[in-house]
Amino acid sequence: MSGKQTLVVVGNGMVGHSFMEKLVAAGGLEQYQVVVFGEEPRPAYDRVHLSEFFSGRSAEDLSMVPEGFYQKHGIDLILDEAVIAINRDTRELTTNKESSIHYHKLVLATGSYPFVPPVPGHERDNCFVYRTIEDLQAIAKAAGSSKVGTVVGGGLLGLEAAKALKDLGLETHVVEFASRLMAVQVDDGGGAMLRQKIEALGVQIHTGKNTRLITDGEGTVHQMQFADGEVLNTDIVLFSAGIRPRDELAKQAGLVMGERGGIVINNDCLTSDASIYAIGECALWDNRIFGLVAPGYQMAQVAVDHITGKGSSQFTGADMSTKLKLMGVDVASIGDAHGNTKGSLSYQFIDEEKQVYKKLVVSKTKKRVLGAVLVGDADDYGTLLQMMLNGIVPPANPAELILPQSDASASASAGLGVAALPETVQICSCFNVSKGDLVDAVAAGCQDIAALKGSTNAGTGCGGCAQLVKQVLDHELTQLGVEVKKDICEHFPHSRQELYHLVRVGELTTFSQVIDKHGRGMGCDICKPTIGSILASCWNDYILKSDHAPLQDTNDYFLGNIQKDGTYSIVPRVPGGEITPQKLIVIGEVARDFNLYTKITGGQRIDLFGARVNELPAIWQRLVDAGFETGHAYGKSLRTVKSCVGSTWCRYGVLDSTSMAIAIEHRYRGVRSPHKVKMAVSGCTRECAEAQSKDVGVIATEKGWNLYVGGNGGMKPRHADLFATELDDEILVKYIDRFMMFYIRTADRLQRTSVWLDNLEGGLDYLKSVIIDDSLGINQALEDEMTHLVGTYQCEWKTTLESPEKLKRFSHFINSDQPDSNVVFVDERHQIRPATKQEKIQLKEVI
Amino acid sequence: MSQWTTICQDEQLSANLGICALVGAYQVAVFRVKDQVFALDNFDPFSGVNVISRGIVGDLRGHLVVASPIYKQHFDLTTGQCLEDDTVSLNVFPVRVHEGAIQVQPAPLVRPVAEQVA
Repeated sequence: MSGKQTLVVVGNGMVGHSFMEKLVAAGGLEQYQVVVFGEEPRPAYDRVHLSEFFSGRSAEDLSMVPEGFYQKHGIDLILDEAVIAINRDTRELTTNKESSIHYHKLVLATGSYPFVPPVPGHERDNCFVYRTIEDLQAIAKAAGSSKVGTVVGGGLLGLEAAKALKDLGLETHVVEFASRLMAVQVDDGGGAMLRQKIEALGVQIHTGKNTRLITDGEGTVHQMQFADGEVLNTDIVLFSAGIRPRDELAKQAGLVMGERGGIVINNDCLTSDASIYAIGECALWDNRIFGLVAPGYQMAQVAVDHITGKGSSQFTGADMSTKLKLMGVDVASIGDAHGNTKGSLSYQFIDEEKQVYKKLVVSKTKKRVLGAVLVGDADDYGTLLQMMLNGIVPPANPAELILPQSDASASASAGLGVAALPETVQICSCFNVSKGDLVDAVAAGCQDIAALKGSTNAGTGCGGCAQLVKQVLDHELTQLGVEVKKDICEHFPHSRQELYHLVRVGELTTFSQVIDKHGRGMGCDICKPTIGSILASCWNDYILKSDHAPLQDTNDYFLGNIQKDGTYSIVPRVPGGEITPQKLIVIGEVARDFNLYTKITGGQRIDLFGARVNELPAIWQRLVDAGFETGHAYGKSLRTVKSCVGSTWCRYGVLDSTSMAIAIEHRYRGVRSPHKVKMAVSGCTRECAEAQSKDVGVIATEKGWNLYVGGNGGMKPRHADLFATELDDEILVKYIDRFMMFYIRTADRLQRTSVWLDNLEGGLDYLKSVIIDDSLGINQALEDEMTHLVGTYQCEWKTTLESPEKLKRFSHFINSDQPDSNVVFVDERHQIRPATKQEKIQLKEVI
Repeated sequence: MSQWTTICQDEQLSANLGICALVGAYQVAVFRVKDQVFALDNFDPFSGVNVISRGIVGDLRGHLVVASPIYKQHFDLTTGQCLEDDTVSLNVFPVRVHEGAIQVQPAPLVRPVAEQVA
C-alpha cells in the first residue's frame, strides 16, 4: 500500500473528466491514489456536440479522453458501475455491483438527468430523453421504423434534439410550453425570429402547448393531446424539458441540499461535509445550478486547487451567456437578456429581409451593457460580451452597437476605431504588416507593444504607425478579455490623460516630483518627453530649464529636427506663410553662408537642412536678429497655419484668411500638445489652403467662418469634420482655444486630433456638447488655461541665445572643437545632401 | 599601465544628460546616471551616425539604458548590450571621476570597435 490518501471521483462526464485532467496537471497524483467511477459504459465524451452523433461522428470521435489517459497516469477508472451509497461515518462507498471502497476525499460529479414532465403516457415505448450516447442509439433505432418525431421542449437542448431528429430524416415537431422558443435565453422578438428561421428549415413549431396526455396515435405510434384540445400524431416523443441535478446519492448521504435539489457547495466547491466536493450540474452554488459546461470546468479547477492546496481559486458564480449555432442559425444570449434589471433600457434592431434580430440592454445611465439577444447574426457576441463583462462604457448612443454599419460610417463611428478596419488593411507599410498579422500575434501571446514589435516588426521602421499598432493591440486585448492597461510605460501606472490631470491638480512642476509621487524607477525615453510635454502644456516653462532639459527628445533639446546623418534642420516661423522679400533674402543668405540645403515645406515655410549642432546658435543668431522666431518644427506643438491670400488679393475670397491665419499662428505658437498640430485658413469654399486636411481648419463663407476639426493628411488621411458654422472672429478663437485645451487634456501620447476624435466616446456630437454647449462646465477653465499659455509664450531660440550656459551645450565634443568627421556631404543639384555610406568610404580613400 | 584621458571637469557632466568626447580615435558618449559614470560608443550602429550621447537615459526592465535618438533602440549603459537586438552591442570604455575630472581610457573594455567610418 502506498502512503497516499485515496481520492474517489464519482462521475466521468465532461466535468468529471475535466477535474481529472486538471488534477493530473496540478501534480495531484503525487498526493492521491485516485479511483474514478462512471456509470456509463464509456469514458467521458462531448455531450455538447451530441447531436453530431447523428451527422456522422462516432462515439470515439466524441470522446474527450485521450487514448490511454487513465492507464498512463495510474488512475483506476471503473466504468459501467454506479456508486449507490455513501457512508460518511466510515467514509465508505458502495456500488451497484456490491463492491465497496474507502475514501479520504470524495468528489461528486454526477451531473444531471433530463427532466421528464409527469404526463400520463410518458413511459410508453418510443418515448426518449436526450442525454447519453445510449439514448441516441435507441432513438436512432426507433427512427428506422418511424416517420414523425416530436421534441417536447423548445429550449437550447430541445432545438439540438430537433436537429438530431431532422438529421434522422423524420418529420420534426417541437412542442414548447412557453410562448416562444428558448424562453430562458431570448425575448419575444428573438424567439419570433428564431421560430421563423427554424420553421424555414422544415421544423414545425408549436408554442404555448401544455401536453396533457400521450396515448395511441392515429396511424402513428403516439398521439399527444394538449390542454387547448389540439392533438399531434407522432411516432417518437423526445423529452428535452430541462435538467435536474443528479443528487440522490448526496441526499442519501445526508449532505445539505437545496430546496429544489442540488448539492449545496461553497466557494471552494466543498459540500457540507469537509471531505466531499461537488462540481458541475449536480452542484448548487448560491441557490443556482449552472447548466453549462464552462462553469463546470471552473468548479473543477477550484476543487483541484483546494484538494491539492496548490491554488487558491474560488468559485464565485459564472457568466451564463451563450452563443451557439442551432440548425445553422446563430443564436446568442448575453447577461440580462430580458432587461430584468430595474430601470434598464433596451434597443432592438430587426432586419426582416436578412432575418436578423438584435436586442441590447443597457443600464439606466447608459454607462453599462447589461445584456443582449442576437438571432441570425451573432457576430457582435464577442464585443458585447466583453463590454458587459469588463464594464466597458458603450458609446453615447448605445444603439450603434447593434446597428449595421455602412462602409462609410464604419471608421467614423464613435468608439470603434480600429475595430472597424478589415483584417487585410496594411498597418505598417515599412514591414508590410497587416491588421490580421497583428491580431494573430496578439492572439499568439504578444500582449504589449514591445512584444508585438519584436514579433511582427510593425512600428520599428519609420514608427509612423506606432499609434495604430497600439490601438490594434488594445482592441485585441480587449477582445481577448485582457484588461487593457493604458499605462504609458513601466514607470507610470497611468495614461497620459491621467498624468496630465495629476500634474495640473497636484501643481507638479518637475519630472522628479511627478515620478516620486506617481511613478517608480528613473523614467525612460517614453515617459520623460511625455511628462516634459505635459509640464509645458500646464506651466509653459522654458523647456531647456535645467530640470526639464534631460526630459527632452534631441529635437526639443537642440531646438531643431534631427536628420538621418545626425545633423539638424531649421524652420523659422513664417506665420500664415506670409514673408517679406527682405526676410526671404535673410533666409537665403543664412543658407548660403552656412551651406544649408533649402526646401519649401508643405506648411508654407522654408526648411534649412544640414546644420551641425555647433552651428545652430550662429545660424539662429542671424535669424533672430532679422526678426525671425523659432518655428517649433521640432516640437509636439503647433506647426503652421497655412493660408491662401483670401479677400485681400483673390477675386473669389470672401474674408481675410491671411490675417486670420497669422493671428491664429501667433496665438497658438509654442503651445505643447500630445502631438503636432497643423491648422489652415481658406478665404473661400474653394479651399486653396486645404483646411479640411488639418487638425483645425477654418474656411470663410459670406456669413462668417466655418470651423472644421480632426482632419489629417499623412499616413491615414481623414477629412476634418464640420464643427460649427458662420462664426465671428471672437467665437472662432474661443472655440479653437477650447478645442486645443480639451485635446491637450484628454488625448493619448502621440495621438493626433484625428485619431483622438475617432476614439472620443460620443464622437463629434460629444465634442460639440463640450465646446459649444459647455456640457462639462469646463469652458471657462479651458479658456483660462489657454490664455495662460498665450501670455507666457517665449521664442525658445531667443531665450537660448541669451544664455551662455545653455549655449555651451551646442558642441559635438566636450573636449574638442573639431566637427564630427562622420558628417559628410556631397553635392546634388547644386546643394548639399548627406553622403551615402558608400560615398563616405570612397571619399576617405581619396583623402 | 592603463592610460586615462581627462575629457572634462566633473561639474561639466550633468546628471542624465550625455556628452560626447573625442578620446584617441574614439567618439565616446559619457553619462552620469544615479551618481555613476558610464562611457560607451557614441556611434549608433543602427543609424550609422554619432548620436548616442544625445539619447535620453533611464531604466528599462531593470537595466540602466540610453535610447538612441534616431530609431530609439535601447542600450544597457553598463554592458553596451542592445535590448532589442541580441546581436548588437556598443563598446564600453573604462571611465572614472578622478581628482575632479572625468577620465576615460582610449580603448574599449571588450570587443573591437564597431565598424565606423571615422
